[in-house]
Amino acid sequence: MGAEIEISNLSVYYGAVRALTDVSLNIPEHGITAFIGPSGCGKSTLLKTINRMNDLVEGFRAEGGVTVGGRDVYGGIDVTQLRKRVGMVFQKPNPFPMSIFDNVAYGPRTHGVRARAKLEAAVEKSLRDAAIWDEVKDRLRRSALSLSGGQQQRLCIARALAVGPQALLLDEPTSALDPISTSKIEDLVTQLKAEYTIVIVTHNMQQAARISDRTAFFLLGELIEHGATEELFSMPSQKKTEDYITGRFG
Amino acid sequence: MKARSAALRAAVYAAAAITALTIVFLVGYIVVKGAPHLEPELFAPKYTTDNLSMLPAIINTALMTVSALLISGPVGVFAAVYLVEYASRSSRLARGVRLAAETLSGIPSVVYGLFGRLLFVAMWGLSLISGAFTLAIMTLPLIMRTAQEALLSVPDTYREGSFGLGAGKLRTVFAITLPAAAPGILAGFILSVGRIVGETAALIYTAGTVAEMPKNAFSSVRTLSVHMYVLSNEALYVNQSYATALVLMVLVIFINAGSNAIAKKLTIHSL
Repeated sequence: MGAEIEISNLSVYYGAVRALTDVSLNIPEHGITAFIGPSGCGKSTLLKTINRMNDLVEGFRAEGGVTVGGRDVYGGIDVTQLRKRVGMVFQKPNPFPMSIFDNVAYGPRTHGVRARAKLEAAVEKSLRDAAIWDEVKDRLRRSALSLSGGQQQRLCIARALAVGPQALLLDEPTSALDPISTSKIEDLVTQLKAEYTIVIVTHNMQQAARISDRTAFFLLGELIEHGATEELFSMPSQKKTEDYITGRFG
Repeated sequence: MKARSAALRAAVYAAAAITALTIVFLVGYIVVKGAPHLEPELFAPKYTTDNLSMLPAIINTALMTVSALLISGPVGVFAAVYLVEYASRSSRLARGVRLAAETLSGIPSVVYGLFGRLLFVAMWGLSLISGAFTLAIMTLPLIMRTAQEALLSVPDTYREGSFGLGAGKLRTVFAITLPAAAPGILAGFILSVGRIVGETAALIYTAGTVAEMPKNAFSSVRTLSVHMYVLSNEALYVNQSYATALVLMVLVIFINAGSNAIAKKLTIHSL
């Protein structure tokens, strides 16, 4: 099964407030798609609509279609299975208050893996894939909260990888990190795109330009423009996009 | 200006000194009055009117505490889980539960005693189980509200992280939220232990004053506080009641210190 994400004519409401208006967007497999736009433009809302994290918000309602790998996200799909296939990393690193090992093993355990050897293998592979294995391999039993912010965020990426997703949603994953940690995460994400469909929400336009293959620009709940990152940044077709990326507002 | 600030300063120091001195005086008084009368026969395995042993009362206190908490602990914690994790903000049931807890926590313990007498004692007689249920109802709001506070203080990012990995509500509550809230929940249990150990009025009504170890849950028992009350009431045994007060005080201090240590350990473990 593929992992391309298709969004068609999607509108999202929180109670009476409309957060997204008629968004249609195709996110191809194996690549990095960046969502950019000023605060409150709906980019995080769209991200959280893809794995149904918005279900937790009271008054949330979605109209239109979202499919992942051809399957309708809002039509009878099991949320647990959906979130297993579409992992998420949040703005602030949020490791659980438990050991590094238990953090990464949490996902597999949630999905029924009990055998020690299997868990150990999954934890090691995920930590290696998230480029943090060498830093933590000698202290897997230590609390995850003893790690630095950047390490915590890579641990969260490892934790998301451990359930074997096909797509990863990153919600401003570096906004709480220093430049060095940020560049480590960017390198990591660039490596991961060979295997995963990656969607990253970012406030940082340089970041979008550096790492993404495609970029979508949002404003006031509408998708203004999307396309190959290079094109969008060099020759935006919309005036609003140009104003935003040249820093005239935002 | 200078005189006023000096006066204020003096008042503040005086208030602090009065508080400290009250405690020192109280503790000192009980130690002085009680310690000389701490005779080995007060800890004889069996109570008689000659030895006035408090050992059965100490064991009864432990039994009463454990039984009451076995009832109010799970109910209080799960009610808090319902309020924090499941109920929507506008839920009528949730509002009802909150109102009930607030009202319950303001009722004097003697009223709980009377209630327990009319309900539990009518069914089971003056007994360990009647006392335990009465004290369970009495401590329920305390446990529920501290657990609620503890759960509310668990950051939502933990819940998001768990849901984002495909975990359901139940797993999130048991694997993430409750463990993270454990130190705060334990604090509620500690406060409850203090209230149970110190309770007399409610227990005189419901558990009776038999100074023996219970044969079963339906035997009447006398806890240490009730024991002290009974001794001092009989006028002949003032010395023994001071000795009992001393033991009671030391017991409470130990419980507090012990549970603080546990809470600290739990917190460090979770950090």
